[in-house]
Amino acid sequence: MDKEKLHHEDEKTDIVKFGFWIYLMTDLLMFAVLFAAYAVLRDNNFGGITIREIFNPPFVLGETLLLLTSSFTCGLAIVFANQENKKMVVSFLTLTLILGLGFLSMEFSEFAKLFGEGQTPQRSAFLSSFFTLTGTHGLHIIVGCFWIIVMLAKIVRSGLSVGTARKLTLFSLFWHFLDIVWIFIFTIVYLMGGLS
Amino acid sequence: MMEFIFGRLTWSSLPHEWFTIGGTIAMSGMMISAIALVTYLKRWKWLWREWLTTVDPKKIGIMYVIVASLMLFRGGLDAGMIWLQQAISVGSSHGYLNADHFQQIFTAHGVIMVFFVTMGFLFGLLNFIVPLQIGARDLASPFLNTLGFWLYVAGAILINLFFVFGGEFAATGWLAIAPLSELQYSPGVGVDFWIWSLQVSGLGTLLGGINFIMTIIKKRAPGMTMSRLPLFTWTSLFGMILVVSIFPILTATITLLSLDRLLGFHFFTTDMGGNAMMYTNLIWMWGHPEVYILILPSFGIYSEVITTFSQKKVAGYTSMVLAGALIAFIAMLVWLHHFFTMGSGADVNAFFGISTAFIAIPSGVQIFNWISSMYKGKIRYEVPMYWFLGFAILFMIGGTAGVLLSVPSADFQLHNSLFLVAHFHTMIIGGALFGIFAGITYWFPKVTGFKLHERLGQYAFWCWLVGFIVSFTPLYILGSMGAARRLDHYDVSTGWQPLFILAGFGFLIILTGAMLHVVQIAVSIMQREKLKDTTGDPWNGRTLEWSTASPPPFYNFALVPRVTSRDAFWEMKKNEKIIENPKYEDIEMPKNTALGIYVAAFVFLIGFGMVWHLFWLVAIGFIGGIVCVIIRTFDEDTEYVVTAEQVKKMEGGRKIYG
Amino acid sequence: MKKDPHGSFKSYIIGFLLSVIVTLCSYFIVVNHLVPRDAATTIILTLAGFQLVVQLVFFLHLYKESGPRWNLVIFISTIGIVFLVVIGSIWIMYHLNNNMTPTDMSHVIQSEEGILK
Repeated sequence: MDKEKLHHEDEKTDIVKFGFWIYLMTDLLMFAVLFAAYAVLRDNNFGGITIREIFNPPFVLGETLLLLTSSFTCGLAIVFANQENKKMVVSFLTLTLILGLGFLSMEFSEFAKLFGEGQTPQRSAFLSSFFTLTGTHGLHIIVGCFWIIVMLAKIVRSGLSVGTARKLTLFSLFWHFLDIVWIFIFTIVYLMGGLS
Repeated sequence: MMEFIFGRLTWSSLPHEWFTIGGTIAMSGMMISAIALVTYLKRWKWLWREWLTTVDPKKIGIMYVIVASLMLFRGGLDAGMIWLQQAISVGSSHGYLNADHFQQIFTAHGVIMVFFVTMGFLFGLLNFIVPLQIGARDLASPFLNTLGFWLYVAGAILINLFFVFGGEFAATGWLAIAPLSELQYSPGVGVDFWIWSLQVSGLGTLLGGINFIMTIIKKRAPGMTMSRLPLFTWTSLFGMILVVSIFPILTATITLLSLDRLLGFHFFTTDMGGNAMMYTNLIWMWGHPEVYILILPSFGIYSEVITTFSQKKVAGYTSMVLAGALIAFIAMLVWLHHFFTMGSGADVNAFFGISTAFIAIPSGVQIFNWISSMYKGKIRYEVPMYWFLGFAILFMIGGTAGVLLSVPSADFQLHNSLFLVAHFHTMIIGGALFGIFAGITYWFPKVTGFKLHERLGQYAFWCWLVGFIVSFTPLYILGSMGAARRLDHYDVSTGWQPLFILAGFGFLIILTGAMLHVVQIAVSIMQREKLKDTTGDPWNGRTLEWSTASPPPFYNFALVPRVTSRDAFWEMKKNEKIIENPKYEDIEMPKNTALGIYVAAFVFLIGFGMVWHLFWLVAIGFIGGIVCVIIRTFDEDTEYVVTAEQVKKMEGGRKIYG
Repeated sequence: MKKDPHGSFKSYIIGFLLSVIVTLCSYFIVVNHLVPRDAATTIILTLAGFQLVVQLVFFLHLYKESGPRWNLVIFISTIGIVFLVVIGSIWIMYHLNNNMTPTDMSHVIQSEEGILK
């Protein structure tokens, strides 16, 4: 690619990354509201189950380590993308997807177990806020997994173009961001719940 | 099965009251006339190509202003209905509206005026003017721009759609406070229409906010450092920063409300541990900075107007920018003053009372700087200056009323009284709307190529100013006498009726002003040859937008301007920096796209489906929207080239400053 | 785009290892009751904040922007607003809740009004 076009593409990447970063900040603010609602409502269990009873330490640790590792593999995928190593990008993206799906299945089973016991969001304000906060995070992970699949399809079919590499960068911002939000869910919801 | 297909829709959802039938007929009538006109003129292809799929922010800006004007008449109609009811519903008479209907009207009035009128006008002006002021050719993301506009339109349609389907709007006040807005007390579709029209248009606003920040930060012309930005761009930036800071809060909060309503969650319910006060807290966290979003761009407009018509640079540019930033910052710290009376106690109330009073300081800086900017200037009293002077008078009154209200103990008397209503209308009409009118008058020649009729503009102004004073001074008095807001009926013994009637006369004067605006536009169009702007710089302006032709070519600038100072164009004119033998270049411009309107249409389906529990429709909307977005993101061919030859031809030898 | 590939690998590996260590520290502090309760809350919140910075630096490379640091500025202002939203809500709601009539008082009020069921 000639120098002028390269400069144009770099400029475009810079602007697109900037815009996406602002969007991520708005997403963070939306999570802030959910955290605030959780903080205010977490003791309003209306005689029902409390967070202390929900907290299953090794299970949550497992979820956390899965997500953290997926953030790591995502980062490695980016490094390989910078080296234009299509094969390794596909491998590490796939690994990220598998770990992400692992996280989701664990969270899904946690939800299913609670629902089975009648501990639904409709049972109390605490449960409403618990499920909404963790569920919204889970929905974002689902979107991320879907995003990986679309990107894998594109890369496998037409390789690592500048446009695709750009989207990969945006995805990595998104995925790292979700892991960061999870740190706080892990700490504030589960660990502090265990301390209560 | 039927329930799956039709959700909550039944035959009785269709219009069967006088106002729903009337509203449906009116809206269908307008739509049919528009369709007939376009068909008669054989302009469908043109409409689609030039307007509906455009990414040109100048055209998008014009469309925003048109939709906002239509919504202004709807909101104004609501205001008239409120006035009439309150003027006659005394003692044994209960007016012509029952309480529930009255409540729906004032709710709709507030939502429409805030979200669809003021925000619409502001986004219109920002779209047209900001890129020109910073020497850019377009916003950072043309696609997000068109998408944002069509989401705004989708929201505007949704909020008017209850006339046709459902027959009821929210009867909760414009912010739908819980628990009144919860399913238990508002079981119908009204609150759902409120929720989903705001979710849809709110998404558009958020995307617009992101887009403008990207544009102002990253797409300035070379040499246009932040310290050389025009003040309108600065205050618009602050407004957009507030948008991205608070609209996520709105989205999250009304999502929680809709979870309560749709799925039986318990965030704000009165039972099962819900806490309705949390709704009030969260919604005002959004609501207060929102009103600063409404006013900040107008502050910028006043700065532009004063400096142009006093032919002087602004006094204290740095302090103006800092004051604007401080206003935006403090705006985030005052929200509790909307619920002093909810009982958070002295400590909390004191903190927020003080922070609220503090906002008067940077506002004062702005006012003093404006006056200083005029001092010893060669002042020309064109219509935009009239609007500024009207603003100055009204803002003093309304602002002082605000400082009064910021004292918690005073607020305990005046909270939710007509005094409060008078205060915020003074700020929004006297502050934001007058600024918008000033901006529209000021920039009208740039947009259309001809000025607005001067005399009619003056008449319209006087009607608005006098009408406002006649309409709202009685409300300040009534509020101090103890009259609460949102009353659909009151006792004769209060002695309030004469003041309500006087307020009504004020409304009629304002209405005359609005009609004069319409006449002004019609007459200006008819006299456009006489009022023509041939140079592109009809006011001897100071900022870059005046360096272009009126209207500007679609690419804004043939050559990207090189900026060396504040008031960039003024300096260029002063130093006669004309480029001899300009070397025209190829210009890359974004292609039009229909995906903005398509995605918005799918999102509209989601909104409508959610209101009526047509979940299959929601799914279609969701999938359709996602597919369109994916198509767009994989489209590598979104730009086209305007060759240097074509540019040269379109410029036609026009002087280029640089 | 000139990027040192080995440097980048290193960045992610360090970030990952640090994050795992911090996560395990928080976890065992809580699960094994290593510290009294109030101290534990402060410690795990601090550790979370530390892990946030680790991930911002090593995964998101937030310090690496050339030119004016817009991304960093925007991030810090967002964190400020997040604090405002969360802490502000907690402070306000705490006071509002405290000033609500307590349930045992409502019994007294009801009997005084003669409406006690």
